[in-house]
Amino acid sequence: MKRRAVLAALSAAAAAGVLGSLVFLAIAWQTEIPAMAPPKLADFDAATIHRGAALVAIGDCVVCHTAERGPAFAGGRALETPFGTLYATNITPDQRTGIGNWSAAAFRRAMRDGVSRDGEHLYPALPYEHFTRVTDADLDAIYAFLMTRGPVLQKTPENRLIPPLGFRPLLAGWKLLFLHEDPVLPVTGQSDEWNRGRYLVEGFGHCGGCHTPRNIAGGEERGKPFAGGIAEGWDAPPLNAANRTAHPWTVDAVYRYLRTGMDAEHGIANGPMGPVAHGLSGAPDDDVRSIAVYVASLLERDGPKAGSLPPVDREVEATREHPEGAALFAGACATCHGPGAPMMAQGRPSLSFVSALQADHPRNAVQAVVNGLPAAQAGRTALMPPFGDSLTSSQIGQITAYLRSRYSERQPWTALEDSVEEALNAKEQP
Amino acid sequence: MTANTATQLSRRTFLSGSALVVAFSLSSRAFGQLAGGGEGSAGPAVVAPHLPGSLKSSPMLDSWIRIDADGKVTVFTGKVELGQGIRTALIQVAAEELDVPPTAIHLITADTVLTPDEGLTAGSHSMQDSGSAIRNAAANVRMLLVREAARTWNVEPAGIDTDGMGNLTGPEGRTLGYGPAASSLSLHVEAAADAPLRDPARYRTMGASLRRVDIPGKLTGEPAYLQDMRLPGMLHARMLRGPSFGTRFQSSDIAAISALPGVVKVVRQGNFLAVVAEREWTAITALRKFQDAPFVRTASPLPSGDVAATLKGLPSRDIGILDTRNATAPAASTVNARYSRPWLNHGSIGPSCAMAHFQDGAITVWTHSQGTFDVRRVVAELVGLPPEKVHAIHVEGSGCYGQNGADDVAADAALIAWDMPGRPIRLQWTREEEFGWEPLGPGMLTELEASLDTDKRIVTWKHEVWSNPHNNRPVGAGGVIAGGEVAKPFPVPEGKPIPMPEGDGSRNSNPLYDLPNMQVTYHFLKDMPLRVSALRSLGAHLNVFSIECMFDELARAGGVDPLELRLAHMKDERAREVMTTMAGRFGWQSRARGDGVRGCGMGFARYKNLGAYCAVAMEVEIDRETGRVRVRRAVAAVDSGQAVNPDGIRNQIEGGIIQSLSWTSREEMTFSPDRRTSFDWSAYPILRFEDMPDTIEVHVLDRPGLPFLGTAEAAQGPTAAAFANAVADATGLRLRDMPLSPERIKAALGAI
Amino acid sequence: MTIILNVNGAERRIDAEPATPLLYALRNDLGLNGAKYGCGLGQCGACTVQLDGKAVFSCLLPVAALEGRRITTVEGLGTLDKPGVLQQAFETEQAAQCGYCIAGMIMRAQALLDRNPSPTETDIRAHMQPNLCRCGTHMRILRAVRRAADMMSGKLAILESGQ
Ligand code: FES
Ligand code: FES
Repeated sequence: MKRRAVLAALSAAAAAGVLGSLVFLAIAWQTEIPAMAPPKLADFDAATIHRGAALVAIGDCVVCHTAERGPAFAGGRALETPFGTLYATNITPDQRTGIGNWSAAAFRRAMRDGVSRDGEHLYPALPYEHFTRVTDADLDAIYAFLMTRGPVLQKTPENRLIPPLGFRPLLAGWKLLFLHEDPVLPVTGQSDEWNRGRYLVEGFGHCGGCHTPRNIAGGEERGKPFAGGIAEGWDAPPLNAANRTAHPWTVDAVYRYLRTGMDAEHGIANGPMGPVAHGLSGAPDDDVRSIAVYVASLLERDGPKAGSLPPVDREVEATREHPEGAALFAGACATCHGPGAPMMAQGRPSLSFVSALQADHPRNAVQAVVNGLPAAQAGRTALMPPFGDSLTSSQIGQITAYLRSRYSERQPWTALEDSVEEALNAKEQP
Repeated sequence: MTANTATQLSRRTFLSGSALVVAFSLSSRAFGQLAGGGEGSAGPAVVAPHLPGSLKSSPMLDSWIRIDADGKVTVFTGKVELGQGIRTALIQVAAEELDVPPTAIHLITADTVLTPDEGLTAGSHSMQDSGSAIRNAAANVRMLLVREAARTWNVEPAGIDTDGMGNLTGPEGRTLGYGPAASSLSLHVEAAADAPLRDPARYRTMGASLRRVDIPGKLTGEPAYLQDMRLPGMLHARMLRGPSFGTRFQSSDIAAISALPGVVKVVRQGNFLAVVAEREWTAITALRKFQDAPFVRTASPLPSGDVAATLKGLPSRDIGILDTRNATAPAASTVNARYSRPWLNHGSIGPSCAMAHFQDGAITVWTHSQGTFDVRRVVAELVGLPPEKVHAIHVEGSGCYGQNGADDVAADAALIAWDMPGRPIRLQWTREEEFGWEPLGPGMLTELEASLDTDKRIVTWKHEVWSNPHNNRPVGAGGVIAGGEVAKPFPVPEGKPIPMPEGDGSRNSNPLYDLPNMQVTYHFLKDMPLRVSALRSLGAHLNVFSIECMFDELARAGGVDPLELRLAHMKDERAREVMTTMAGRFGWQSRARGDGVRGCGMGFARYKNLGAYCAVAMEVEIDRETGRVRVRRAVAAVDSGQAVNPDGIRNQIEGGIIQSLSWTSREEMTFSPDRRTSFDWSAYPILRFEDMPDTIEVHVLDRPGLPFLGTAEAAQGPTAAAFANAVADATGLRLRDMPLSPERIKAALGAI
Repeated sequence: MTIILNVNGAERRIDAEPATPLLYALRNDLGLNGAKYGCGLGQCGACTVQLDGKAVFSCLLPVAALEGRRITTVEGLGTLDKPGVLQQAFETEQAAQCGYCIAGMIMRAQALLDRNPSPTETDIRAHMQPNLCRCGTHMRILRAVRRAADMMSGKLAILESGQ
């Protein structure tokens, strides 16, 4: 149903383009940019490469362009979309399978116009709609960084898309509708930090890629920047005043969250946000702080700005409302999250501060219960076991309802059952 | 009568089956001596220095071996199974020298009533101490059996043989079973030093990879561990303690906890607090209720600087380890380097557990401590009973790798049982408690300086090591946590260094290499800012790491192959052979050379310069973007003397390589001033399956008839060095501070 | 409260508080030793059992959640006299040091082989990721799982009994 609508929209867009617009042809027809000999380390200066490294950490290229357990930037990671499966490409400077023979101009065109060196249109899984806002100098720095990585010979698997989307010129129609060139100009009256943060967030950081809702054809909705979206089955919460958390977000809280993946008053970055925070842990400190300044300004809401709230704990009421959930919680969750749990003495967030339990939609709370927080492959981080294999959907529903009731003062969730089914189904099909 | 003969008499009484309860006094035993394990526990006195292994302290044959009239053989050892396979290896040793099938042997491990006291099971000493004792005792017994048959048949002993099935065979087809022969023989005689050992060429059992006797039960859920013990009327206990050593919870409502349904008692002795319940889950719920309170720090704050700053800030007693002067060519190039290791956790998968039962004025404690006899001493002092009223029995626990919480939990359980006569108490420490309270492996620091002359010969060698004592094994009540909590606390004994050649922080600081002008100094730091004690290999982990990294640093400075530089300075033939065997199997000459991504490195040591020889090489591949290191392959060669069970040796070395890789590349205890912050597996990650090397190969050198050399800790140092050397080869970067974590490697690599 | 558990194919009645994690019921009420306490936090896998065929942490599984569900512990795979395929493979490979983690390893591996009888090396490593071993027996555990897969697929013989 949804899929058919998407197809229709895309085809219509394409058809409109084909019939009515020379502009479309101009976009659809792209020439090949000649291959060149791969640049050498000496072709770049160190400062440029370092700047590129910092940007790449912020843009988190490595997350999408690395297959699970595969070499970094060598592509091959599958991205499930409503239109089929896309595979991230190899962006190491390998000449045959990567971008080794791309010139800086070819790279810039790919990043801005979504056109590969050989003239093929790229799918907007590459968020070129954000990269249009990145300066030439920064794109060149990113290019310098990528071209000085070790080349990895690794062929990208063929995309598996529903017809006719495998026909790439159609993408020109998509671009016509959704690709806009609007550089991020400094806002006077705002601090340099804020402006820097905005540039990074709107540009290479492409936060809107997840946090802005998408329309039926997969484009970001222009009128609703940062109004919240969905990514890989997780809620990307709104980055505006609608963001409901127990504590207001402060610059420090956003900074801690982005830098360490955890803030004691908001919880832990999970789902697709986990790798983003991991990437930012290696980004330059002042850039992360700038991002925090800008994001905190978006999140600003009325009411008290800071100060620790006492945790909400409606244990008695919640137990009365959800006795089964209470028993399940006592055996499955309390050993880490209950009062007196050693984890709590170690500064891990109280459940009443965890944003997922305050949110309008139960999606993230359910996801956390079903999938847990995976044992990270490296590094020191929170670790929560998944319950999707051990508890039934109704039990997961009961636990989650109990958590909402015990640790928040908000309305019970209505979409709970659907969310549980959705998360369990997604888990079944790896 | 000396205490020692009392022990022997008591044993005979027991062995003859006429008395079950045996009382003997230890009051005159020499406490505080270095004993088996060489790790500073109280040990038995040496009474027969001319005998091998633990026969030195327990020379009578019936301390070790008993043969029933029906030919059943029971062998006693004071050492214990820790997962190292010692049970199987000792059975093999006894079976070989007695010349019976291994299945005929029943082995009893450390039990203060039944077995000899062999001190700790530690320091890779079990084969040296107990293996040698049992081997020679068995040879003695076989000799006596042969003589007995000779007497019976009235023939020369030379004409008598054994058939491997527990029979003596003589001329004209005569045979006599061991049972009948033994029944007219007393084994309560002192071992002779020169009983003939079996000819290695005729070995039937030793040298074969016998399957481990304890594995089948562990695979099928048979009761195999102390944790699996259930005694009638048993109660479940949990300790009520703060989040980590040196903390205490404030203002928990003890009355409310006592009143919880199913709670039998809250035991309180001074600051010692434990909850005892009919059901385990009740005890856990009570513990959580107790912990729902703020805690206070009762000891001085934990250090906030890095390892180097912390250790260098402590008063040091400087101990000279080596000081040699030789005339050499002048130095042409000199390398200075500082290496460090953080505090590490033992990380046993099963947290510590103990069972205790106080009845009729005597306490029985079941413990998985490495020092069963020490547990008796500790408990006796803690509750004020004479040692003979304390019976400590070893039951296997989870692998322990040094002094984890096992001794503390045994004392805890005994103190609870002491307060609740008649009911067996099962006390299980929690995972968080094990992280928070166990003694850690000490953080350490070394500084090395070495130089080469123009001929690439090493001409000076200086090694300084800073370390806390590693041997804080409890030998009295002051050494366990409970001893500091009771109403009249016992003073914590001052840490002491273990003298060389075993050493503790100084272990393996004396290079086995043939080097001129060696100056090695141990800066012994008795004040311990964190609770520490023995962790597998003690100081050898960092000392070998430092020496073997320095060899590679010198090799690089001098443009020599790292293996060549080592061989050029090694005279010990067995060491050379271990290195060349490893190099041959690894393909060292044709190895991939460091290219920014791949690289190879090696490390070598003879553990304590007394134990097994071990060389490790590995090939690594680095993901420069994440800093993650994948070990493509690791190859080790090991010489453990006579290999009793080659597969057992391989298993130990494989395990040592993996554990050392985890320590070296990932692990670090973290703490804030008020508590340890590594409290679970999320805050103290260790390597998991996806971090494992692609392959590990271990080659065991065949050394028929040579003395056993301890193996269990031999791989720790060489592995650590091989890893760092391979990373250096791959990247050109020398990382000297453990852990060589992905984050550190990525940071060191930078973007270019 | 009385709860009926289906353990290793038999109905077992226990009397326990509904929140009690299965681990304690198995060990203390049913006298089964296979599932071990390692962390009680779902971080180490020592307590792994199969629940309706999937590998789960029994330390975080309240008994109240389990009526009508099928629980298998290592005792359910075989015995000393008649070991199951994985148990035979672990024995052949001598895949244990202290062995404390091993029952959990076997149960997790069983869940994989039930679902995928011929897993790749990468599949096995990824699947075993939740379970920790401190002795460093990993390489042998991996070998044992591969051997069991080969036994099940007929590439290697399965013994009828222990020997
Ligand atoms: S004991 Fe259950 S996962 Fe550790
Ligand atoms: S064998 Fe000891 S923990 Fe795995």
